[in-house]
Order: sequence, then C-alpha cells, then structure tokens
Amino acid sequence: MNAITNIVVAGLGGQGVLRGTDILAEVALQAGYDVKKSEIKGMSQRGGSVTGDVRFGAQVFSPMVPTGEADFLLVLEPTQVEPNRQMLRSDGTLIAPDAIDAEDLPHKRTLNIALLGALSAHLPMSEEIWLEALRAGFEESFFAANQTAFLLGRNSAGKKLGQK
Amino acid sequence: MNDLKRILLSGDEAIALAARDAGVALGTGYPGTPSTEILEAFSAYGGRAQWSPNEKVALEVAIGAAFGGARAMATMKHVGLNVASDPLFTAAYTGVSGALVIVSADDPGMASSQNEQDNRRYAVAAGVPMLEPADSQEAYDFTLAAIEISERWKIPVLLRVTTRVCHSSTVVRPRGSNGEVPTPDFKRDIKGRVMIPAYARAAHRKLRQKLDEMQAWNESCSLNQVIPGSKLLGVITSGISHMHVREAAPEASVLKLGFTYPLAIKAIETFIKSVVRCVIIEEGDPYLVDAIRAAGLRVEAKPEMFRFGELDVARVRRILNYDLSPEPAKPPGKPPQLCDACQYRIVFDSLRKRDCIVAGDIGCYTLGVLQPFEAIDSCVCMGASLGVGLGLRHVLPTGQARRVVSVIGDSTFVHSGISGLVEMVYNPPSNGHVVIILDNATTAMTGHQEHPGTGRKLNHETTNRVVIEDLARAVGVRRVYVVEHRAGSDEFERLLIECLESDELSVIIARRPCILIAKQLRQYQQRCECDGHAATAAVASAVPAAAFT
Repeated sequence: MNAITNIVVAGLGGQGVLRGTDILAEVALQAGYDVKKSEIKGMSQRGGSVTGDVRFGAQVFSPMVPTGEADFLLVLEPTQVEPNRQMLRSDGTLIAPDAIDAEDLPHKRTLNIALLGALSAHLPMSEEIWLEALRAGFEESFFAANQTAFLLGRNSAGKKLGQK
Repeated sequence: MNDLKRILLSGDEAIALAARDAGVALGTGYPGTPSTEILEAFSAYGGRAQWSPNEKVALEVAIGAAFGGARAMATMKHVGLNVASDPLFTAAYTGVSGALVIVSADDPGMASSQNEQDNRRYAVAAGVPMLEPADSQEAYDFTLAAIEISERWKIPVLLRVTTRVCHSSTVVRPRGSNGEVPTPDFKRDIKGRVMIPAYARAAHRKLRQKLDEMQAWNESCSLNQVIPGSKLLGVITSGISHMHVREAAPEASVLKLGFTYPLAIKAIETFIKSVVRCVIIEEGDPYLVDAIRAAGLRVEAKPEMFRFGELDVARVRRILNYDLSPEPAKPPGKPPQLCDACQYRIVFDSLRKRDCIVAGDIGCYTLGVLQPFEAIDSCVCMGASLGVGLGLRHVLPTGQARRVVSVIGDSTFVHSGISGLVEMVYNPPSNGHVVIILDNATTAMTGHQEHPGTGRKLNHETTNRVVIEDLARAVGVRRVYVVEHRAGSDEFERLLIECLESDELSVIIARRPCILIAKQLRQYQQRCECDGHAATAAVASAVPAAAFT
C-alpha cells in the first residue's frame, strides 16, 4: 500500500497559510519524498478563507487531500477550525492556534511557523531540514525569529507527545 | 541548467521555465487567475514578458512574433480566450513561421471566475491541436512538446490547463532546452498570411490536411499513455482528472490522453476493446465522451451532476460506483470582501445611498455586490459595465434610467472599456450617462499587475502611460472629472449627484492607489524620479495634449 501523509493548512488571507504550505512542501521534497501541494488562491487576498493541501509519500497522485483523509489539520485562525474539521480523519490530529501560547511568540506573525514547529514533532523529517527550509524560504533577517517560533512549537508539541 | 535537480514548481512556473528553456522570444498575455503567474515567472526566469491591454492584443502580438519566425507564447485565463478568439480562428488558417503556444487556463469550479466554460471546445472550433498536462512535470514537458508540434506543422498549439494544474506544486526535473532556437527572419508568404477569401479558402483546406496528419501522428504519440491494469475496468481520462483516477481506482486500466485534439481515435478504440467496462472521467463538458461516441464507440459518461465544479478523488469514486446520492455540502468559509481600509468603500456607500442601478465589471470592486453594500446590479464580463449600463439607460423609464451608472476599474477599462466609451459618445442615451472609473493604479484582484494606465511594464520598469482622463476627453466626453476622494469627505458624492442630475455624458475617475501596494507604489515612484527627465519626456510626447480641460 502506498502510504501518503496528508496535511491541510487553513486560515484567512494574509495569515501565512500559503507560505506555511510552501515550507512544508519544500521540507518533504528535501527529505526525498514525492510531494504535491495544492491551494486555491485567487480571491484569498481579500481576507477570505484560504486552505492549502500538502501530501507526501513514495508516489502521490491527486494534489488534493480527500475529505476525511487528512492526517493533520493545522489551523491558523480559531474560526476556521469548524469549517475545515470534516477534512480530518476520525483519528487525525488537529493543531489549532491554542497549541501555542501567543505570549511566547517572538512576533505575532510567526504563528504559522510555530504551528509548523508543532506539526514537525509528528513528522519524520529532521530538524535540520526544517531549519534549512526556514532559512532559504525567508529574508535572512527573519530567520532568528522564525527559528525561535519553530522550536517553541516543536518542543511544546514534542513534550506533549512524550507524555502520552 | 537544473538538469539533475528535483524542484517543486507550480504548473504555471513549470510552463514558464519550459518557455525559457525553449528560447521563447516573447511571452504576452493579460492577467487572469489561474494564468497570471506564468508570465510573471517567465519574466523572473529572464524571459521577455509583456502584459498587453487585453488578450486579443496579446495573442496578436504573439502571432506577429511567430510570423517573424520566433518562438512565442500567449497566456490567458479561459474567458480571456473568448476575447482572443477572433485572431485564434484565423491564425489557425495562416499558421506561423516560428512557434506559437497559446495557454488557456480554465477554472472548473470557478475559484475566481464568472463562468466555468470548457475551452477544449475552442481547439475543435478553431481547428488547433491541443495538449493537456496533468501535473507540473507534464506542464514543463508539454510546453516543450507544444513548441515542437507548432514548429513541425507550422500551426498555433493550445496548451489547456486548469486551476488545479496551474496552482498545484509538484516535483519537476527540468530537461533543459529542446534544440537550437531559430533566429527570427521575415519570409514573405502573401497567400499564406493575407486572409482574403481567395487565399483563405486554400488555407482552410491546408489546415484540415494538417489536422489529418496530426491525428495520424497522435495515434502513436508518447504524450498519451496506457497504464495497464484490470481488464474489468478501463478509464479514459486527461489532465488533472487522471491523478484523481489513479488514486480512486488504482486497479483500473487507464488510457491517459495528453494530446487531446485531434484525438487518437484508433488508439482509443483499441483501449476500449481491451476492457470490459470503459468509463470516461473528465472535468466539465463531456468533450471526450461526445467525440468518442461520435466515432461510434461505446463508453460510459459521468452523470450530469458531475459536470458542475471540479472533480476530486471522492467524486471519481462516486462516478465509478454509480453513486448518485447527494454530495455533502462543504461548510461555508469566510467569503472575500473589500479590504477594511479600501478607499473604494466610500464609492459603494454613495451608490447605495443614491439607490443607483449599477452596471458593474470584473475586479475587486465586484465585491461591492456583497454585504454591507449590495451595490452592484450586474457583472457579465470584462468591460461589460459600459455597454450594459448604456442598454439599461436606453430602455428604462426616465426615473430609473437617470439612476444608472457604470462602474469599472482602471485595468478593466483599458482592457475593454474604451470601446464602450466610444459607444457612449456615439449613441448617447437621452438622459446622458455616468461612468465611474475606479483607478487604484494596479490590476488588484489578480495580484497587483501593471497595465498601460500605470505607466509601468510587467517588470515594474517605467514606460509610456496611457492617461485615462485624456483618453476620455479625446473620445469626446466633455464632463471628465478626477477626484482623489478621502474618507470623511463628501466630495465624491457631490460630484456623483451633479453628474447624475446633469443629464450629460460624464466620466468620474475616482483615483486612490490600492492600499495593499501603497509601499511598492512609492518605491516605483522614487525609481521613476531617479531615472530623470528622459522618462518624463518620453511620457509627455507619447500622450497627446488634452483636448478639453
């Protein structure tokens, strides 16, 4: 069986949903997987709902995560949890904004990166690949804040996983 | 140069990279989701890319380049090909000396469009070969193939993509160039290029002969593939649907068509005979179904409910399982809206307050139809606000007619509003008319592209600027106003009332730059000033002096 990992990232226009899926897809690519990323933009810039799908594995066909088959649903805006919950598998993992204590973020715009950090604790790709993608994906001056946010999410999710 | 590298590219980027690798000399187009990023990426990769005022002009410029022996590409969204259809049909007759690839980016499901027309019909109607890639690797490979086919048969090739192919990123291994790039050189061919009836009659026969040859070639073309599987279930598919099929029915035998006009009917017949049940899985219109059945072959079509919207894995499973039960509705997300700080909210407030009958157009401002404004009464196609507004003015009783206004954006006005303005001057309604041009100095909705009214090229370098108010005056409109409206001021509303009550032809240009690019606009401005007087002089000489002041 061709095992595919399915991730849906959801939020509102301007929150960094698409940048988040870019990083995630690049990390999967660098880790050697086949990867597909799909998004609907168009009118998203006007503050509407935005979702992006990332799928990786040995061979990925459709770029879209089928409803009810997401292993992970990562949501950047609390109001977008319910409209997207149907994407998640019954035993899938929801990563909502409350996974991170916003007070601890180096900058509120790094929420997407902190949530990617939380997601990363569940995925097989190495921390090194993630940090390299963050370094390459943004202006150099953003790296320090992004690294802090990423590790904040990764470590806090890692601790919770350890407790289970 | 990236020969061995795996890179993630969107379908749009893959087309752009292939065009660059193939030495395409000129890429033209007009912005439109989901096609916009092709030319932007082509420019970023070092290609020569230009926005034209509209798709018709873009295609004509590309035809000229291909007449000159160059490799050329024109890009547009599906509805853009309607605008460019006039040159398309006759360019099929004339053919080209170099190569011409026309990219039509369709939007099944209407993520960002006013209709979900299926442009595969254009390939048949015009008689041009069509390729349909299913992912970014194919978008890259098929762009190279389109250039080869175009050069071999001296014919424009339609590269038909859809939103999911354009905006999905998948792994690409770029293969580099496809041979020597021809040097442009004019060769006179009057009978081949001048479509007076006597020459066009021969050209039409020649076109049909080319299509016959291409059909024969397509029968063994590597752009189509058979994926062997169970003999009990066979699926014929193309484009993104292929990917959904492979996931929904991994056991099926699949004939994946890449070269979808003219169809390889013999190969299709062989495949159909090799399986017990054969289903056609295609998005949108039953294009393949109609063509294959017309050839006398028996295939299953999708039920009509699946004509609407995109296909996905779940919908393909339903089609294959004869499942006609109602599909679950997707929970509504948050709809897009005019930005909170948008300078044009004030315009829609005024239109609402005056109970205007608003013939709208295509752009951000179409969002004026939603709450809290609900101040747009029609939206048909690019530029339609002028004609539709005039038609309403001509027939409505005076009390209603005097409340009709046309609202159009700056980029849309340059695209296809100018002819409507000429119509207004030529056939003025008895109570005049009011045209409001919302000039936010960009093509905002598609992601802030330049246009002739901004005075900057695709790559944001300075060029001649078309001055909308000068143009309106030159056409013969006497009441032309430019208002830089501000929140809290009633300047716009007073002007609107004055124009509505004047019973004359009026154009109000409401000019405030889009707030989302205010910073970039200041940077461009500074760059322009640094360029010195040369640029200013060029602009001044290119723009005729205003006929009225």
